[in-house]
Amino acid sequence: MSTSAKAAPRPAGGPTPANMHIRFASQTVAKPYFVAAIGLFVGQVIFGLIMGLQYVIGDFLFPEIPFNVARMVHTNLLIVWLLFGFMGAGYYLIPEESERELHSPLLAKITFWVFLVAGALTIVGYLAVPYATLAKITGNDLLPTMGREFLEQPTITKIGIVLVALSFLFNLSMTVLKGRKTSISLVMMLGLWGLAIFFLFSFYNPHNLVLDKYFWWWVVHLWVEGVWELIMGAMLAFVLVKVTGVDREIIEKWLYVIIAMTLITGIIGTGHHYFWIGTPGYWQVWGSVFSALEPIPFFMMTLFAFNMVNKRRREHPNKAAVLWALGTGVMAFLGAGVWGFLHTLAPVNYLTHGTQITASHGHMAFYGAYAMVVMTMISYTMPLMRGREANSNGAQVVEMWAFWLMTIAMVFITLFLTGAGILQVWMQRMGEQPLGFMATQDKIAFFYWLREAAGVVFFAGLLLYIVSFFVGKREAARG
Amino acid sequence: MPRSRHVPGDLAMWLFILAELAVFALFFALYGVHRARQPALFAQGQASLRLGSALVNTLLLIAGSAAVAASVRAFAANQLARGAHLLGWTWLSGAVFLLLKGEEFAHLFAAGVSLSSDDFWMFYLSLTVFHFLHVVLGMVIIVAVWLRARRGAYGAANHVGVETAAAYWHMVDLVWVVLFALVYVAR
Repeated sequence: MSTSAKAAPRPAGGPTPANMHIRFASQTVAKPYFVAAIGLFVGQVIFGLIMGLQYVIGDFLFPEIPFNVARMVHTNLLIVWLLFGFMGAGYYLIPEESERELHSPLLAKITFWVFLVAGALTIVGYLAVPYATLAKITGNDLLPTMGREFLEQPTITKIGIVLVALSFLFNLSMTVLKGRKTSISLVMMLGLWGLAIFFLFSFYNPHNLVLDKYFWWWVVHLWVEGVWELIMGAMLAFVLVKVTGVDREIIEKWLYVIIAMTLITGIIGTGHHYFWIGTPGYWQVWGSVFSALEPIPFFMMTLFAFNMVNKRRREHPNKAAVLWALGTGVMAFLGAGVWGFLHTLAPVNYLTHGTQITASHGHMAFYGAYAMVVMTMISYTMPLMRGREANSNGAQVVEMWAFWLMTIAMVFITLFLTGAGILQVWMQRMGEQPLGFMATQDKIAFFYWLREAAGVVFFAGLLLYIVSFFVGKREAARG
Repeated sequence: MPRSRHVPGDLAMWLFILAELAVFALFFALYGVHRARQPALFAQGQASLRLGSALVNTLLLIAGSAAVAASVRAFAANQLARGAHLLGWTWLSGAVFLLLKGEEFAHLFAAGVSLSSDDFWMFYLSLTVFHFLHVVLGMVIIVAVWLRARRGAYGAANHVGVETAAAYWHMVDLVWVVLFALVYVAR
């Protein structure tokens, strides 16, 4: 199925790109996607900071930005910027793996603007009018899909997302079909098709609340603990092939084992969301058993990244990209694997369900697995698309500072939320005389202040990350 | 012949096997915990199982294991036709296992047994259905290796594919033996 890692010749007869550091000119359509991803990431973190403050100053920015709106914007921006990142990664990775130009660069550019405008309008809608009004304006009555966590988008936006995904998948699939098929490109396409197909369940909105939640998880869980892991594995493998020069066959074998483990544990692992929503009791056993093993593929990704870097056959000048790749391996395992396992067993989850323990896991898992893998891809590809093999040393130093600031800040955000969560469980659910929800929240406010402080450090790291794109241009040009 | 110290088959398959064993181990452990809590319920459930067909099934899988092990030895000795032939016997043992097990499931489902009947039946069905699916996968792997063998892909120097299939089949067999002892026999 796969071909070896021999350096393929440039496409015969095709135009040689002006930029000698990329193989195919059409790969540069990824650039605006990555720029948009970073921009939306900034927005996400700003709303995170607003919300973090609302935890301790309840009426901060009220009534302009109520907590529920800030939360919706925070989580929706996260999903949208990651999707921009995945799409950018797809547009860059697939032509290179397929050894041919993208089927239609123009379509990719049109898709970008459609997605960006639709996304921006949706966020403006969230902020400008009350949610119920937004539902009315956008005709939610005709096909009700709104009002569910993470899937708050108006139906018309959801239809837009499907059209964007179809255009994206058509473009990439045509490229793969006409070109070389590698394990990396096939796993990437499987993940991206899965992402689009499972999103269709966001249109299914049964009246029965049990069924509603049951299928809601088919989008949410089967994305982040299923098909997104395939996308992540493919992106990580792609970057590792490039920066380590390790034989492609070895990397592909790892990729296959990782995705097999992901699917074995992750699909039935959906059951760890079915403990208390009204589904049959056997889900407590199934969900516990299979999801208890979900850390395995993440641990294998850590081993994978470190092994490949240790066996490297070349010293790639882009040290920052290597750091991001290793960081992804470690942080994904900690955030998704360890912090997920912490509360995945039914008897534990009985006490921790919906507490700050969940929030701590959510933060480190999304950052460690998906935010970091997108930044790994950006770190590797952006210099190439800007006409150099790697950024200047100065720019890389700034980027690595940004890496450490963001990563350490995220570790502290996670630890503070975990502390808050443990206390919350103890006071609200385990004590002799359990406190009410709000009384508990008041008592753990100290942890929320610490979390906010860590959030400010994270934001500083993110700003530094952006600065790194503008550092040492002259040095790079000389290099 | 000196004893070989290399791990037979593909390392990736061994990782896969370890993960599969971990899933079953967790299930067996939970089965043990629930059985200790509800001994009467589990004893009643176990008493209604048909030991005879389960014993035949155990012998079938072990016979399949013997055949696939003999097949590996045949390929190692460059007896290619014999090796492929023995793979056929392994596949057949799996097919008869599925027929017998399928008949048992049909009988139980007709009697109204389901995952929600009680804890015993929940564990019984979870364990046996997951194992059933593993036999199916084992048979798919055997067919894939058999087809490759027919195209002349294996020989004395290279039969890692056959070893890999054999390792998987042994795992399926091993899990069944534990399952048979724990769920059917242990009182």
